[in-house]
Amino acid sequence: MSLLSLRDVRVQFNTAGGVVRAVNGVSLDLAVGETLGLVGESGCGKSTLGKAIMKLVPVAGGEILVEGVDIAPLNREQLTDMRRKVQMIFQDPYGSLNPRSTVGRSVAQPMVLAGWKPEATAERVETLLRWVGLPSDAKQRYPHEFSGGQRQRIGIARALALSPKLIICDEPVSALDVSVRAQVINLLEDLKSQFGVSYLFISHDLSVVEHIADRVAVMYLGMLFEVGGRDQIWKSPQHPYTRALLAAAPIANPKLARARQRTVLQGELPSPLNPPPGCPFNSRCPMAQDRCRVEKPVLRPVGNGAQAACHFV
Amino acid sequence: MSGSALPLEIVDLRTTLFTRRGEMKAVDGLSLTVGAGETVALVGESGCGKSLSALSIMRLLPDPPARIVGGQVKLNGRDIVPLPEETMLGIRGKEIGMIFQDPISSLNPVTTVEKQIVEVLMTHTELGRGQARVRAHELLELVGMPDAARRLDAYPHQLSGGMCQRVVIAMAIACSPSVLIADEPTTALDVTVQAQVLALLKKLQADAGMAMIFITHDLGVVAETADRVVVMYAGRKVEEASVDELFENPLHPYTVGLIGATPTPGAERAERLADIPGMVPPLNALPQGCAFAPRCTRVMDRCLTEKPALTVPGPGRLVACFAAERG
Amino acid sequence: MQRFEFVARFARNRGALVGACLILFVALMAVFASVFFPTDPLRIVGLPELWPGEDPEFPLGTDSLGRDILSMIVHGARATLLIGLFASAVATIIGVGVGATAGYFGGWVDEIAMRVAELFQTIPNLIFVLTIVVILGSTLTNIVIAIGIVSWTPIARMTRAEFLSLRDREFVQACRSMGMSDLRIIVSEILPNALPPVIVLSSLVVAGAILFESAVSFLGLGDPNVASWGRLVGDGRQLIRSSWYICAIPGIAIMITVLCLNLVGDGLNDALNPKLRDR
Repeated sequence: MSLLSLRDVRVQFNTAGGVVRAVNGVSLDLAVGETLGLVGESGCGKSTLGKAIMKLVPVAGGEILVEGVDIAPLNREQLTDMRRKVQMIFQDPYGSLNPRSTVGRSVAQPMVLAGWKPEATAERVETLLRWVGLPSDAKQRYPHEFSGGQRQRIGIARALALSPKLIICDEPVSALDVSVRAQVINLLEDLKSQFGVSYLFISHDLSVVEHIADRVAVMYLGMLFEVGGRDQIWKSPQHPYTRALLAAAPIANPKLARARQRTVLQGELPSPLNPPPGCPFNSRCPMAQDRCRVEKPVLRPVGNGAQAACHFV
Repeated sequence: MSGSALPLEIVDLRTTLFTRRGEMKAVDGLSLTVGAGETVALVGESGCGKSLSALSIMRLLPDPPARIVGGQVKLNGRDIVPLPEETMLGIRGKEIGMIFQDPISSLNPVTTVEKQIVEVLMTHTELGRGQARVRAHELLELVGMPDAARRLDAYPHQLSGGMCQRVVIAMAIACSPSVLIADEPTTALDVTVQAQVLALLKKLQADAGMAMIFITHDLGVVAETADRVVVMYAGRKVEEASVDELFENPLHPYTVGLIGATPTPGAERAERLADIPGMVPPLNALPQGCAFAPRCTRVMDRCLTEKPALTVPGPGRLVACFAAERG
Repeated sequence: MQRFEFVARFARNRGALVGACLILFVALMAVFASVFFPTDPLRIVGLPELWPGEDPEFPLGTDSLGRDILSMIVHGARATLLIGLFASAVATIIGVGVGATAGYFGGWVDEIAMRVAELFQTIPNLIFVLTIVVILGSTLTNIVIAIGIVSWTPIARMTRAEFLSLRDREFVQACRSMGMSDLRIIVSEILPNALPPVIVLSSLVVAGAILFESAVSFLGLGDPNVASWGRLVGDGRQLIRSSWYICAIPGIAIMITVLCLNLVGDGLNDALNPKLRDR
């Protein structure tokens, strides 16, 4: 049984300009102990999908199953139980902590809500802070006394509080400096090997995803274009968008960067208010045919356990 | 000195922030030259002084709190530090152009794209309004604006971030400046658009032979764009080398750390990223010796008391580190 | 540590410091009124219409009935300040309640709350207060409630704006993802962050309430059993041509107090406004 299963999940927003289909039929499975990277450019719906799993945005259709249980019809109590299993780390280390709460109070929140005794809570906070590499006197201090990287550690401590099985990481390192980013990535990997937690790692940074993920899902305008093992995606990307994305990502190695042939993808992401008919990528795709302008491709197996949504792979 | 002067030569530039909490040396003795057609990347983490260096070169520092307290910035041989603001108005946009990180906020939201480009042209050239408008159209074509003729009448909010950045680039190169400063020009953009803008900047630079300073924190972007790299830490230059040498044989422990901390797809996957412990010290609490010493893996007693000066470990290379000197 | 910084930032604003000192002085006056002047201030103690300085026993003179003006000012401070504080408290409770609900939940709740607020804003405030007082009777409680009811709208708008910007912040989403209840998020997470500008506004509402009460009392609709400053001004108005000091002295007291409250509001704004921090 998958830890997390998404079945044709849809999220819509009503805006002044019309309906935005931010997530438009996503199906995805995440196994126990796996790190699944979810990549895509801004506006592709990857963060919205993460929030939908946490029930932070209303789901318009489809099913979200955690350990086989659909979370949509759960009552408050059952939801609390689900939330113990799935937690989230946010992007902005400056916004994800209440500036007027001490660090100790922020980290203790999950235990307080779960009805733990004060002594047990205090002990747990100490443990959590130690796990993420913060001094124990951190708990009396306020978020503004910490750097971005330390704040992100605090957010990780809070997410770990009730020993979740899955942590949704929404761009957890994109606001951090290079050296600190590596610290946080290493911490996430250490915690994974220590506690067997799984990650849904949402990021626009391909090199980070390549480093941390076991499997990768590529998203574009609300739909998945390709899902596959990390090596398979990087060595033999099937979907033209995946290929373009990989070609566009800068490589921190001047010789490799010069050596690779590079086709720069033209154009920009179409407005999600008015996506092109058929395949949403047809306006930029170098391989687009007439069929792509009318018929929307579906995700189908392409070998090696990978899936791609393109008429021509 | 004889022969034609370099487009940009910075000598011992010092910029200090005067704040309530005391004076902070944001740029501490930066020297740098950029030749025609050359791209020098200025790399470092937030707070290392790379953006303030750019603003110092443009003489666009927010004063207060920041002020240039010493050094020279020679633009085509002329030191622009002592020049009055009126003279600078004629230089900025004409001899030296700048591209900022946030393209949308660096355009005037209530004026059309065409008017903004035309204004730059009419300020710095002899062109009449009609000619300037023709030239504005040409510039938009040149920067690869899709559907350029129609975009002339657009307001910035009607354009995407990538298109806005193209407009900003068009304005920066409108008067064919000899020096272009790009301050994190692609950080706010998506990967595929970033690739477009980087390719565009490279092409424009090659065509016009501009000298370019490229400021970024992203080593991937550095590897793709730069000829030479200057690594900054806490306001000082700690290493300078050609891009190939820097990535192949970094000398300063900080550079080594930065490269190790950046995952490189396609290269052999490391089990673990090499992280640099600790964090960048605040400028008002710099250690007495080398600013990197508290985080350094090769720290020696000497590093704690004495600031290392730049030395020349090989042709075209500079490094400020006692441990690297020793080899 | 944080508190000390707050005081330091507040004290950096000279006007606010002076204002705070004067307010403190008025407050002490109000608290210890019966220590300084143990007798009923409304008792006739001397000759009527003694000008200030005419009789050393009554440094601020006496009114048309021969009551000690200084004693009445000191005792009146109590009534005036209490009315200001309580009216502001009423306005703040209504305003924060409405604003927080509207800003947090948004949608139709917000729509209705803001339409109601607009309704209150279109009615001329003074006339509204007078109407309530006339209908419900001139008691201190009614006046306080009436002033509170006309003064809550700016506080509601401010609170709503703060909530709108805070509710989508990631720390609020983090609380929601932990399953925290809405009420708890509003009260213990968002409110402490939304409060600083609201406190500033509330301090200004105190000043506004004092002016309202003075106007009501001046027009003779104040509580007849309470000698607030406004009432003193009102009582002196028949003699304004000859003994103008009877009006002027409580008037000056009102003016200084209101001015000081505004200065304090300014200072609080400087001290609490995070944008000015670290400069």
